[in-house]
Amino acid sequence: MSRDRTVNVLTVMLVVLLASGPFLPRWAMFLSTVSLCYGTVVLGMMLLMRTGLVSFGHGLYYCLGAYAAGTLQPFFGITEMSIMIGAAVAVTGAVSALLALLLRKYRDIFFAMLSLAFSMILYGLLVKTSALGSTDGFNVTAETLFGVRIAGTAYERYLIFAVTAFLAWICAMGMLRYLGSHRGRLAEAVRDNELRVEYMGASVANTIHVNYVVSAMLAGLGGSLMAISVGHIDPEMAYWTTSGEFVFITILAGTGNVLAPFLGAAIFETIRSFAYEYSPNTWQMALGITMLLVIMFLPGGLWSLFARTRKAG
Amino acid sequence: MSQLLAVLIDGLIYASWLFIIAVGLTLIYGVMKILNIAHGSLYSLGAYAAASLAGYWFSQGYFDATVAHFGPGYEAIAIVASYGVMALAAVLVGLVAGPLIERGILRFMYGKDEIVLVLVTYALFLILEDMIKLVWGVDPYFLYQPYGLLGSFDIGDLTYPNYNLLLFAVAVIIGAVLAWVLARTRQGKILLAVIHDREMAAAQGINVGLVYFVTFTVGAMLGALGGALTAPMISVQPGIGAETIVLAFAVVVIGGLGSLPGAALAAILVGLVRAAAVHYRPELDLFSVYLVMAIVLIARPKGLFSTQEVRKI
Repeated sequence: MSRDRTVNVLTVMLVVLLASGPFLPRWAMFLSTVSLCYGTVVLGMMLLMRTGLVSFGHGLYYCLGAYAAGTLQPFFGITEMSIMIGAAVAVTGAVSALLALLLRKYRDIFFAMLSLAFSMILYGLLVKTSALGSTDGFNVTAETLFGVRIAGTAYERYLIFAVTAFLAWICAMGMLRYLGSHRGRLAEAVRDNELRVEYMGASVANTIHVNYVVSAMLAGLGGSLMAISVGHIDPEMAYWTTSGEFVFITILAGTGNVLAPFLGAAIFETIRSFAYEYSPNTWQMALGITMLLVIMFLPGGLWSLFARTRKAG
Repeated sequence: MSQLLAVLIDGLIYASWLFIIAVGLTLIYGVMKILNIAHGSLYSLGAYAAASLAGYWFSQGYFDATVAHFGPGYEAIAIVASYGVMALAAVLVGLVAGPLIERGILRFMYGKDEIVLVLVTYALFLILEDMIKLVWGVDPYFLYQPYGLLGSFDIGDLTYPNYNLLLFAVAVIIGAVLAWVLARTRQGKILLAVIHDREMAAAQGINVGLVYFVTFTVGAMLGALGGALTAPMISVQPGIGAETIVLAFAVVVIGGLGSLPGAALAAILVGLVRAAAVHYRPELDLFSVYLVMAIVLIARPKGLFSTQEVRKI
């Protein structure tokens, strides 16, 4: 794995995205924004999966981030985008740091199920909270960005897109550095053999805790960006099928590289938006079949295709 | 006082329903170590099949014809026949879908990680959900007739349809038959041997493949039966599988994966808690179920009736 090349690819992609943004049709810009949001969430899922954990409840943080950003307006009258995003990351960081105390003792199915329970608790709460719109949710607008009014202006969409792309870039770069660091490399060691990690003097619980919180904060960030770009949030974001989508993209993309989650999210969102338009009743079937094929023939995900050709060439 | 009684009765009715939908799931997990998300789809398949088949039975006037044929005083025969049609729908679904899924897909996956198997069944769930939409469309189906056939009973000033007693009876019968098969018959002992040690059982000459095949088919049938019995109480529409499978998860995980008495106890616990929540604190309705799940998992990480597992290095 050549590290420098990934850095270059990431930066080139950011520049291309930012430069092409103004010329993109509205739907393409929206599609890219949504893909970047999902990619950010899946980046965290990738870290967890490298640690050997599959969470069927990351919708919890995705939804929590969105609601943390969205409820600032009704409760505090704050509509500044940077504060909304910051609040989302802070809230998900705090909640996950607490829950990780419990979750880090769990593995495999039990980890998946306990996270599922937590996300469904949030779902159950939000569905019955009429102050927050119950099942309908409510609308979210970011009026200003660093004090400058963006809502309703001609460049509102582009700015949200640019901020999303920039933040996703930062997250990907940070994740790349983290995965290369001592602690980052421990993740895979924990997945392979916890006992050995402990014998070597490293803490399994600590590694899982930190990675869980990082992945939750990424999900919170993705959720808040999604809330701002879509302009609407509802409890469905915490429902288990949303978490299932994240798991799906992680499996589809593979965990080989920080680019994989964004690639996977882009493919997923593209398929979804087109399939939704042309055959709304079979697109999930296509997803399911793809997932089976990936599990059977490409255990490393789509990314292993790239890795293989690169090695061959 | 009457409210407490209402909680008890509602709780038991709900518990019966929960047990019926969860028992197939825990059976399949116990034997095959697969936490089958596609169980939710089998449930909806059962509901749709019952709605179609029994709907046809009623709309074509077979019910009235049977009543007319046997004359007054023998309506019971027509009523039993109606429920027979619903059960037949469930059995058909189990006999078709069970073998197809097990032979067609799952048998290629045995030996993979439990969490990978969860993802495989998630893919199957996505495929089956769309398949249902393709066959039955997205409009809801109503099968209201069987609900009213049995009349109702009064307790205090509350009226309960007798259909609820049928649910209770079915739950008890399924539980008793399974417990009897496991404890008293040769097949049950073979099953226990496979559960205890798959490889050792195979070495003793037990056809493990056949055991898996039969178990999955029976489990699928139980899932479909749950759906068929639920069809008269709900509007049968897309999404019922996703809603139900998480509840079934909660029950199975609380009871301890793969445990039959655990599932029964968990169903009663969840049923009573939810009924109490609905009566005293309606806003905590769904929330209460997952709260119980989280609390039980925190207190007993492997559920109430967990079996000691040999540590794997």
